[in-house]
Amino acid sequence: MNKTQLPAPSSNGFLNNPQNRAIIYQVCALLFVLFLAYYFTNNMFDNVEKRGITTGFSFLDDVAGFGISQTLIDYDDGGSTYYDVFIVGLLNTLLVSVIGVFVASVLGLLIGIGRLSQNFLVSKLSLVYIETFRNIPILLQILFWYNVVLAALPSPRQSFTYFDSFFLNNRGLLTPEPIFESGSGFILIAFILAVAGVFFLARWAKKRHDLIGEEFPLFKVSIAILIAAPLLVYFISGQPVSAEYPVLKGFNFKGGLAIIPELLALIFALSIYTATYIAEAVRAGIEAVPSGQKEAAKALGLKDHVILRKVVLPQALRVIIPPVINQYLNLVKNSSLATAIGYPEVVTLFSGTTLNQVGQAIEIILMTMAVYLTISIVISLVLNWVNAKMEIKGR
Amino acid sequence: MKLTKIALLCGLAALVPNLANADTLSEVIKKGTLNCGVSTGIPGFSATDSKGVWKGIDVDFCRAVASAVLGDGSKVKYIPLTAKERFTALQSGEIDVLARSSTWTATRDTSLGLNFAGVNYYDGQGFLISKKLGVSSAKELDGATFCIQAGTTSELNLTDYFKANKMEYKAVTYDTSGQTIDGFKKGRCDAVTSDASQLYGLKLKMDDPKSVMVLPEIISKEPLGPVVRQGDDTWFNIVKWTMYATLEAEELGVNAANVDKMLKSDNPSVKRLLGVSGKAGENLGLNADWAYQIVKNVGNYGESFDKHVGKDSPLNISRGLNNLWNNGGLMYSMPVR
Repeated sequence: MNKTQLPAPSSNGFLNNPQNRAIIYQVCALLFVLFLAYYFTNNMFDNVEKRGITTGFSFLDDVAGFGISQTLIDYDDGGSTYYDVFIVGLLNTLLVSVIGVFVASVLGLLIGIGRLSQNFLVSKLSLVYIETFRNIPILLQILFWYNVVLAALPSPRQSFTYFDSFFLNNRGLLTPEPIFESGSGFILIAFILAVAGVFFLARWAKKRHDLIGEEFPLFKVSIAILIAAPLLVYFISGQPVSAEYPVLKGFNFKGGLAIIPELLALIFALSIYTATYIAEAVRAGIEAVPSGQKEAAKALGLKDHVILRKVVLPQALRVIIPPVINQYLNLVKNSSLATAIGYPEVVTLFSGTTLNQVGQAIEIILMTMAVYLTISIVISLVLNWVNAKMEIKGR
Repeated sequence: MKLTKIALLCGLAALVPNLANADTLSEVIKKGTLNCGVSTGIPGFSATDSKGVWKGIDVDFCRAVASAVLGDGSKVKYIPLTAKERFTALQSGEIDVLARSSTWTATRDTSLGLNFAGVNYYDGQGFLISKKLGVSSAKELDGATFCIQAGTTSELNLTDYFKANKMEYKAVTYDTSGQTIDGFKKGRCDAVTSDASQLYGLKLKMDDPKSVMVLPEIISKEPLGPVVRQGDDTWFNIVKWTMYATLEAEELGVNAANVDKMLKSDNPSVKRLLGVSGKAGENLGLNADWAYQIVKNVGNYGESFDKHVGKDSPLNISRGLNNLWNNGGLMYSMPVR
């Protein structure tokens, strides 16, 4: 008899409504996660206080007092603070990341195209390159290049010398440092004007091409403008840029710009390693372009390099960009392995030396993590934007 | 019903006990082993021999603490740490005591939540250079490049010294002492700077130890000693008095060979030290024979010094400041009474 007396679904109201229940579950789950976070944070602060460990970020104003082998900002080892150390580390990380991303992209693009080359030797060499460097752990490669760089180079007194102004030894590569005197601002202005000029020239050339179909030698003209304009102003304004040459003095060279071996080794390792993945992404992207496109372009009588540049690559980029974003992010994060060879980037300097001198692990590790998180998010956002621009537009 | 269950689950988390435990002594006794933080390889202080056995005066200190607490010098788990890992490992409770030639400074003692339990080696910072440089004094090192281990007081002292002498230098910092000496061998730097005692050890690691030399200058005070967490005074006392017991034993002439005979000694100081009379062990929360076990298992300070860094070791460092106070050194035990 009971079967006939099932209560109506609505009679028990609120809790029987699946939507309400779903919300309650989710609120509870959220509360639980928040509670756990609160609990662990609280526990941490409790323990830290009980042990008398100093907390807070006031240590950033204290004088650091140790030397750093590469600083992009003015750094005085007797007066600069831990905040300066943080900035030095951050800039060094950015430096190696930017150079690494650039070199890896160029190398990856070339190898990726080479992998598909009709030329047997080029294609097989690219294959060997990819399979070798992709399958060796990056840390080993960093150590390898560091040891190669150090072992292959002579001591400062026996430096390899080029044109009496470039010196290569186991302390690094020394180049003349440009000294900008008053008036050098004009050169910068000239360069900016030249860039603007090239921009408008490109627009004009495109319009003209659309209108009458005639090709304008844009690339050659642009390069000429970009070089000629600043050069002209340089001579007109009385050559306001001079160079300071490195000079051997005592143990080492003084003056000039020094590129330290740690940086060289790191860039070698990171870009060679990351380029293998980028090459594979490039190959995948090119192969994803339907062969009909290439054949159609050929039928129109376009040359091979024009087909690659104007037909294949623009379409391939849509496939290439997403995996390449990942590789850029990996490269930035892998740069933290520099700690193995003593390149002063943010992990070595800040969560290494500074952490040990100050001892505030939580604050310092949080700041270091924030650095990588921020850099990675910025790279993602920028490239996602580029990717959105490149997508097929529905018309 | 469902809702109450969920609420119960939510509330359960509040019952999880506090994760930190401050009582190191009972923890060590419960585990049956002492977790001791040592270096990744500093000859004479803490390094493994060809059979993989840890040796050195810091290792002996770990064994002394294990002897006092557990009555067995072999019940130690050695945890090798780089200079920059060491204090975090201690703060987080991964190790019970840190015996890793760490310099006692005001900052470390007061702001890291740590306590230095004494000094087991009085050291100072020096320079190791290649003889090829043709330099005989640190004052001639203007413009030189130095290999240093990251996160050490050496980094700071070097800056101070060069500032004070109005000289310039470049520093290349590495993670471990192995990498540091490697950089020096490959010519990345002109000199290595570190505690003088370590330089003698590093010198032995060179392919040709005769091609390098330690400069005469000592540019800093480096009192090296064992460290414990702050806030556990029982454990702090045990580690502190372990250090004193090894010194007191040397001063009283008690050593590993004669310690059994010394149990019958008439000397009241020896009786108190070895637990024949007095309550030193009980007050520390240990067995009465704590110091007996230390000397029996490890030996006194002098024995340990001679064996690992002194006249019976390849380092052959003279006692100097590390001699007993009544022999012209700084080693002075507080009276055990």
